[in-house]
Amino acid sequence: MANPLDQFEITRHADLSVGGIDAAFTNASMFMLIALGVILSFFWMGTRNAALVPGRWQAALESLTGFITDMVDENIGPKGRAFVPFIFSLFIFIITANILGLFPFSFTVTSHLAVTFAFAAFIFMVCIVVGLLRHGLRFFSLFVPANTPPVLLLLIVPIEFISFLSRPLTLSIRLFANMTAGHILLKVFAGFVISLGAAGGVLTMISPLPFAMTIAIYALELIVSVVQAYVFALLTCIYLNDSINLHH
Amino acid sequence: MDADAAKFLGAGIAAIGMGLAAIAVGSLFAAFLSGALRNPAAADSQRANLIFGFAVTEALGIFAFLVALLLLFAV
Repeated sequence: MANPLDQFEITRHADLSVGGIDAAFTNASMFMLIALGVILSFFWMGTRNAALVPGRWQAALESLTGFITDMVDENIGPKGRAFVPFIFSLFIFIITANILGLFPFSFTVTSHLAVTFAFAAFIFMVCIVVGLLRHGLRFFSLFVPANTPPVLLLLIVPIEFISFLSRPLTLSIRLFANMTAGHILLKVFAGFVISLGAAGGVLTMISPLPFAMTIAIYALELIVSVVQAYVFALLTCIYLNDSINLHH
Repeated sequence: MDADAAKFLGAGIAAIGMGLAAIAVGSLFAAFLSGALRNPAAADSQRANLIFGFAVTEALGIFAFLVALLLLFAV
């Protein structure tokens, strides 16, 4: 049975060096470009022949943008309007990358910690910069919950600080581990189908069972792809809300 | 005990964490369902909270799986 981890291997297609940093064009880059192509063609279909009474593509696109705008409005409030394009790009890219990874012989871009941590680190930086620009040093009152007795503050502030620092970590690991675990499961069960089928006798008779399981896990992976993209965007909205409206 | 045996044992023990996360996710949906059956009108408004709570709880189970994978393949 082939190693289920082989599907995550990065293969170089073309070498490229930017100022000494290895920026080779890999299969990850290829699939990010494919995701971009899919997103752009969806948007093009949705915005050409734009009418007041929307056709199907336009209605789909409008429901998507409305969904994200509602999510930002609900979680950040009116001050968050400026962040709707950012959250929207994040959500659309992650959901497209996740679903593209489900096609056979494709590569899941978000199954690498490097990719998801790049997203999460950037979001973390945005939250800090936005908070500092908007509130100055009062931003650090985020770590001091209201109405805590001063005695407890010595304990609570370090805990709050550490949990704030863990945000980019959990955000990135949640997405990366979900994608990796799901795809490993798929590969393992698919491998069982082959190895049971080739074994002969009774074992070949039961090889449809892991096949049914693969189909079930595939459905689960579809749901997980969408939900993880939604949760990533939602948590970003919540963290931005903490930075913009300090109340915690 | 040599390092490889310890790694496999550690991976097996880390997998127990996923069972605990499974219990947590089950209790989350149980709470949602019992609330939704009592007050069906309010159920739709809480669906977003349900999905969000499920994802963050599931994440902890996946972190346990990640520890197992780290032990098996990255150490």
